[in-house]
Amino acid sequence: MSQVNGYDHEEFDEEEQIDLEAELEEGYAEIEQKYAVDTQRGFENVLVVDNIPIVDESKKQRLVDRLRAAFEKNGAGIDEDRTNMPWDEKAGTNKGFIFLTYPDAAQAENALRSLDGLAFSKAYTLYVNRFGDIERYANMPVGEGELPTGWKEKPYVEKDHLRSWLADPHGRDQYLTFRDQDVNLFWNGRNGNAEPVRDADGKVVKNSKWGELYLQWSPLGTYLASLHRVGVALWSGPKLDGPIGVNVLRFTHPGVRYITFSPCENYLITWSDEPLPNPESHPLPAVREAFGPEDEGNQLVVWDIKTTRVLRTFATEPPAPGPDGVVRARPWESFKWSPDDAYVARCNVGQAIQVYELPEMGLLDKKSVKLEGVQDFEWCPMSDKDWEARKAGKGKECMLAYWMPEATNQPARVNVMGIPSRNVLRSKNLFNVTDCKFYWQSQGDYLCVKVDRHARKARTKKATLSNLELFRVRDKDLPVEVIESKDLVLQFQWEPQGNRFAIVATNDPAHGSGVPGAVVKYYVDIYQLDAKKGDFALIRHLDGKVANTLMWAPKGRFLVLATVGQTTKFDIEFWDLDFSTDDNPNSKKEVEPGANLTLLGTGEHFGVTELAWDPSGRYLASIASAWRMTSEPGYVIWDFKGQELVRNPQEKFKQFLWRPRPPTLLTKEQQRKVRRDLKDHSRIFDEEDAAEENRGSAEKLAQRQRDIAEWDAWRARNNARLAQARKARGKEFINKKNVSDQQADEKVEEWIEELIDETEEVIVSKV
Amino acid sequence: MKPIILQGHERSLTQIVFNAEGDLLFTASKDHIINVWFTSNGERLGTFGGAVGGAKHNGTVWTVACDSESKYLMSGGADNTMRMWEVNTGKCLKVWEYETAVKRVAWSEDDELVLGITEQRQGQPSIIRVYALNREDGASQSDEPIQTITLTGSKATVALFAPLSDNILVGHESGKVSKYSVKTGEEVLVNEDGHRGEITDIQLSPDGTYFITSSKDKTARIWDSETLDEMKVYATETPLNSACIAPLRPYVILGGGQDAMAVTTTSQRAGKFESRFWHKLFEEEVGRVRGHFGPINTLAVHPQGKAYASGAEDGFVRVHWFDESYFRSRPFGDLEPEVEV
Repeated sequence: MSQVNGYDHEEFDEEEQIDLEAELEEGYAEIEQKYAVDTQRGFENVLVVDNIPIVDESKKQRLVDRLRAAFEKNGAGIDEDRTNMPWDEKAGTNKGFIFLTYPDAAQAENALRSLDGLAFSKAYTLYVNRFGDIERYANMPVGEGELPTGWKEKPYVEKDHLRSWLADPHGRDQYLTFRDQDVNLFWNGRNGNAEPVRDADGKVVKNSKWGELYLQWSPLGTYLASLHRVGVALWSGPKLDGPIGVNVLRFTHPGVRYITFSPCENYLITWSDEPLPNPESHPLPAVREAFGPEDEGNQLVVWDIKTTRVLRTFATEPPAPGPDGVVRARPWESFKWSPDDAYVARCNVGQAIQVYELPEMGLLDKKSVKLEGVQDFEWCPMSDKDWEARKAGKGKECMLAYWMPEATNQPARVNVMGIPSRNVLRSKNLFNVTDCKFYWQSQGDYLCVKVDRHARKARTKKATLSNLELFRVRDKDLPVEVIESKDLVLQFQWEPQGNRFAIVATNDPAHGSGVPGAVVKYYVDIYQLDAKKGDFALIRHLDGKVANTLMWAPKGRFLVLATVGQTTKFDIEFWDLDFSTDDNPNSKKEVEPGANLTLLGTGEHFGVTELAWDPSGRYLASIASAWRMTSEPGYVIWDFKGQELVRNPQEKFKQFLWRPRPPTLLTKEQQRKVRRDLKDHSRIFDEEDAAEENRGSAEKLAQRQRDIAEWDAWRARNNARLAQARKARGKEFINKKNVSDQQADEKVEEWIEELIDETEEVIVSKV
Repeated sequence: MKPIILQGHERSLTQIVFNAEGDLLFTASKDHIINVWFTSNGERLGTFGGAVGGAKHNGTVWTVACDSESKYLMSGGADNTMRMWEVNTGKCLKVWEYETAVKRVAWSEDDELVLGITEQRQGQPSIIRVYALNREDGASQSDEPIQTITLTGSKATVALFAPLSDNILVGHESGKVSKYSVKTGEEVLVNEDGHRGEITDIQLSPDGTYFITSSKDKTARIWDSETLDEMKVYATETPLNSACIAPLRPYVILGGGQDAMAVTTTSQRAGKFESRFWHKLFEEEVGRVRGHFGPINTLAVHPQGKAYASGAEDGFVRVHWFDESYFRSRPFGDLEPEVEV
């Protein structure tokens, strides 16, 4: 063994030899791999249809014919010579599946979508797979019940409490402001004291990542959704932060623009204006993981929030215009959730409503609800009673209302349908319809269908007047009452949990003329259900308003009218429908409906673009968002009486969002008790109010005292330094401004001569 | 507080200044003339560049400055000249000619020096020139400056002499605040991102230990004259054209409004053409004075703090003598800093 440079040469050679062998072996493997027949590729146009009936020789041809007819009916017709049904010679029957060879992969893909899950007969539901997939799944390296190799057990991380913010000792609500890139979260204290939200360690809850596109709360306030260019993130817990997959959930969907939550926060829909590129070659690993090849080109994704998995993706098409040529539903709004998260439905305008069952996201009963001409629909919300009944297992099924325009020899119709039974519960014919809008009362007690109509012989189908079709949903057979308005009703809103509603309407010819800067006069009508007669009656007509927006407080009773998005008018009016000077809230004095309607206060907010009540209904935020081209962005918080509490104009202000609250957990009995003991409670609140006010002003006072002390000290230092420098210079500075002070104080006397009158008389003397 | 409205200009105002006693107000305008007024009643005393005295600016008068004795007046204009006037006769004593417009002039506290900023244009850099004046014989002035500071980088928009007149405090187009030595012409101190937009005005505190700048970035800021440390920030929602420090009371006055270009497209309400009073220490707005229907271009405060005047794009100057209540009011209770005189 020779030792050169400290290396052992013989051993080195040996190693080389081994390397060579290994290399050769590798080479063979490579060649083998290269020329191996790939059973998973090249068969993209072949499908395997499973679970077909087993028949003998005599029925073979009939079966093939019937199958082909079924395929044809579902838009995936195939020639007979392209089918191949394997035959079990021993048993004399078929093997229970059939191969379909389509001319190309695209057609096969199409057939896969329409045929998979097809009910061929009652007993036989067809299962369709790609030919390649069968092999692929059969050869999975993992047996049933085993964990795949490379599986790492993730340690269990406990979630932070998702609803901790509700435990605020003062019962305050949170709001979020988004300015430029900066997102801040505040507690809305009494009298407008805003306090930054802090976590348990006293750190301000804030995240620089939030301000990328825009933000949205989930409907019950559990999650804060932030939109990013690559997808959506949901933040929860007291810190609104935490480990990914625990308190932060990520949903990767490149180019996402809009999101909607399901009402119970179980599911999320994201919509992107970019169709999904081929996920298999996508640079983002999360996209490769989340989506499969069948998702390519789709724009709308339904997610399960808890698992962050994709349930299904959909292609969306630009929406079709309605009968008057106006495009209404936008693609991300076309999916609507039932109130219990059991279904999501989409209106295939003109053809059908497709109801998908969750969480499988399969079509309800495997077929869509065919409705010729259907334009739009809306789910009926559920009341507290409905929820209780549902829990007790006696709940009613969900309902939705939809409408169809006039067709030949057929009037337009509004129907209410039960889901999943598909029973039509009520149908109402309508005439000269341009558009219908559905307004369900928050408890699902009433449904108003606002029918915008055109004149009978009108050439254009432009709407000129509106009807309100009021369905009393809780009564037998859903009786309908019609309120005909001669004018166009622009806004409609039910009082939440109440039996009143308000409309904004106009007969001003300036409306819709498109003249910029024209002040359009509107009027506001308030209606109430007369309990005795059982119909809705007008209780107040407010004429000559410029207010174009109305908004009920979330607990009802209070109504705000505002002029939004105008440059010349920007007032906000606060109305109380049950104003009473009677101190005793329990006295049940009969009053004329509408008699207690009182204007509590008015305010102005220049450039206001949006209004938002806080969840308690005690505060209203008026928002001027820079996104809506206002010249003075910012927000103002008012109390329900119209008192301005906070005014905060901010450059580049974009969003103001109250954090929603889930429904109360108190039972009806407990709520009644709270109302009964209101006087005792309010005494405590008054004390707290006073304490907070003192604390707030004490803090401010201390801050100001510090400011003054700092300033005085700084000035004393600087003055001393300057005086010294002057002295050193030997040039005493005489502040001429002060020397001349006395002169300036001299009284300036002014003589004003005024010519009061001047007359000229010519005296003519007679000679 | 009823204003005295001075209507003597046909075009918008560019700069207004009180004399040291506060009994005179000099107003410079785009209509080529400078007017001087009695502040007590709004009577016009005379015009520099009018029929008498002659030698008027042949273009917008951008800037005007009066010495502490109300003897001489300096002005600069778009006709590429800086002029020196005798206050009591209105005679033009001296004309300095340059390549570009003169945007700002200022006196030193001892009235011995003046400075002038020329605009950066036509390949010419922005230059600050400092002249030593002959105060005895106003008509015989040297053509040559004692110091020439050629600015590299962002051009200078406004400047004034720091106390003791050793240094010049300069505001730049980029928002930079800097300090130059008169003796050497070197930059001695700089705050690169003082403001985020063009600095539109600079005014000294009564004792000179701090100064205020206003900017297109919608803020005004107070700076330490010695260290250029930022002391206070006043953030508004409109571009600011001018800011001044009120003596006696702890307020600063800010003025501005949308650009003149955008004014026609919005209502007066949206224009925000108000003088805003902010508490100097607490950085909170305490009041507004309305009246102008164009952006405020220039503000000046009476040296003894008894009045203030605003000049606007609408061509009017409004002189407001403070009411008794202004001196008595305590919007923040008993919290008051030491009175500065």
